[in-house]
Amino acid sequence: MTLPNIVVDIGYIVASILFIMGIKMLGKPQTARRGNMVSAFGMLIAVVITLLVGGLSYTWIIVGLLIGSAIGAIVAKVVKMTSMPEMVALFNGFGGIASLLVGWAEFQSSPDMTLFTAVAILFAVLIGGVAFSGSMIAWGKLSETMSGKPFLFAGQQIVNGLIVIGIVVSGVLFAIDTTAPVAYTYFMIFAALSLILGVMGVIPIGGGDMPVVISLLNSYSGLAACAAGFIILNNVLIVSGALVGASGIILTSIMCKAMNRSLTNVLFSGFGAAPAASAGKIEGEAKPVSAEDAYYILEAARSVAFVPGYGMAVAQAQHAVRELGELLENNGAEVRYVIHPVAGRMPGHMNVLLAEANVPYDQLAEMDDVNPIMDTVDVCMVIGANDVVNPDARENEGSPIYGMPIINADFARTVIILKRSLGSGFAGIPNPLFFKENTRMLFGDAKQSLSSLVAEFKEE
Amino acid sequence: MSIGLLIFVFVLSIFLGIELISKVPSQLHTPLMSGSNAISGITIVGAIIAAGRGAGTVSTVLGTLAVVFATINVVGGYLVTNRMLGMFKQKEGGKS
Repeated sequence: MTLPNIVVDIGYIVASILFIMGIKMLGKPQTARRGNMVSAFGMLIAVVITLLVGGLSYTWIIVGLLIGSAIGAIVAKVVKMTSMPEMVALFNGFGGIASLLVGWAEFQSSPDMTLFTAVAILFAVLIGGVAFSGSMIAWGKLSETMSGKPFLFAGQQIVNGLIVIGIVVSGVLFAIDTTAPVAYTYFMIFAALSLILGVMGVIPIGGGDMPVVISLLNSYSGLAACAAGFIILNNVLIVSGALVGASGIILTSIMCKAMNRSLTNVLFSGFGAAPAASAGKIEGEAKPVSAEDAYYILEAARSVAFVPGYGMAVAQAQHAVRELGELLENNGAEVRYVIHPVAGRMPGHMNVLLAEANVPYDQLAEMDDVNPIMDTVDVCMVIGANDVVNPDARENEGSPIYGMPIINADFARTVIILKRSLGSGFAGIPNPLFFKENTRMLFGDAKQSLSSLVAEFKEE
Repeated sequence: MSIGLLIFVFVLSIFLGIELISKVPSQLHTPLMSGSNAISGITIVGAIIAAGRGAGTVSTVLGTLAVVFATINVVGGYLVTNRMLGMFKQKEGGKS
């Protein structure tokens, strides 16, 4: 069956419109879920239209679709919410490698191409390759298959520079004459270097900076799809790829702003690799508190703010947090969850975990809404968060995180910090909050500490 | 389709994307990211063409691999996003 061109075009336009509407709806809590379905429907239309364009043999397409759908569906079903960041990284990498393969297949099947197509292929391979290998490294770091610490070595910038030069040279040589026998060699060198560039780009970045990296890689995979669209001269790829590219860039800049750092700084500084020398001395003494004493403090509180961080995800403590939150509410306290934009390992990580634990989303508050009224909060409970509540960011110009907007937990009347030990956050930055007059440390595994608090409440 | 027109579409889409996304509450950052990630699987269209046009064994193998990866991206991405969004609820009694 072959569709007339006009039907194909209209089909692709409809798909593009559905993507646009879908993304728009994803931006509002009430319509988000429908938005995702609208966008999925757009994808279905794009796929069906492509299958009906005509002149295609279906055997291998169907094999690919079946294998891919099965893997995608199973993985999406079994993945735990706490593993969501690495899952997103993995899917993202697959999108990137698909674009790389589309570029390669195009070159393989018709090496005699215009300069424009050659350049488009190079971009699809470069961006797709970086998105793939970068995402794989991000996946490794997030799933703790490899160390989340920044990996730095002497001369790293020089090596990276050489890789970039190699990419440019092999790309130019390839594009000069794509039909020459040696062009294949140049192409393979170009592809290999692109993959290496992705690896080199992500290994120096620490785990705490992952929200930035993930949104940036997300943008890349969109741009790679865009480049693939220029190869096969297809508008729907260009439109949707560009939408994803733009959305990824915006999220990236939101994340950077939330850390008060430039993108260059996140990508190249190997932040937190060396402990900060100029962090300044911390005065005072940490005051440990037992679960029972913490209970008395909470029992008397009229308003409580929870500040979750990556530690909550690690301890899988989100359900225990919600349980305690409900008990506090029944006890007459006003309960809020204050979420820093870069808490956790991906944008919005904490929101997802708390939502999984059935915390109603109208209790989830943003940093800027709570900071001005923090001094009216009786108890601020910090659960596995560290750098995002570090007052040094506000007060100590020598601190590496100086200038980063933080949740002013220390302004609350009492701060209770749930933590394993006095150790520092990912960046190895000391946190004077632990030693403040109004701070109490509840040491131990966050989930266990919360459970014992819940038990205390239930005894009454 | 002329190349100039494609570039035109590209530039407009970038601007459209920026307009669409600039104001999203932070609680939706993850679903937005994973939802738009699924959209980047649109490269599946290119993959299908590469796998099906019968341009030699190597090409078909590359195309089929591309279809597999792009489909994982698409199917997995949409399902995971849907699962995540299903968890966002307002207070008990209210509907989501």
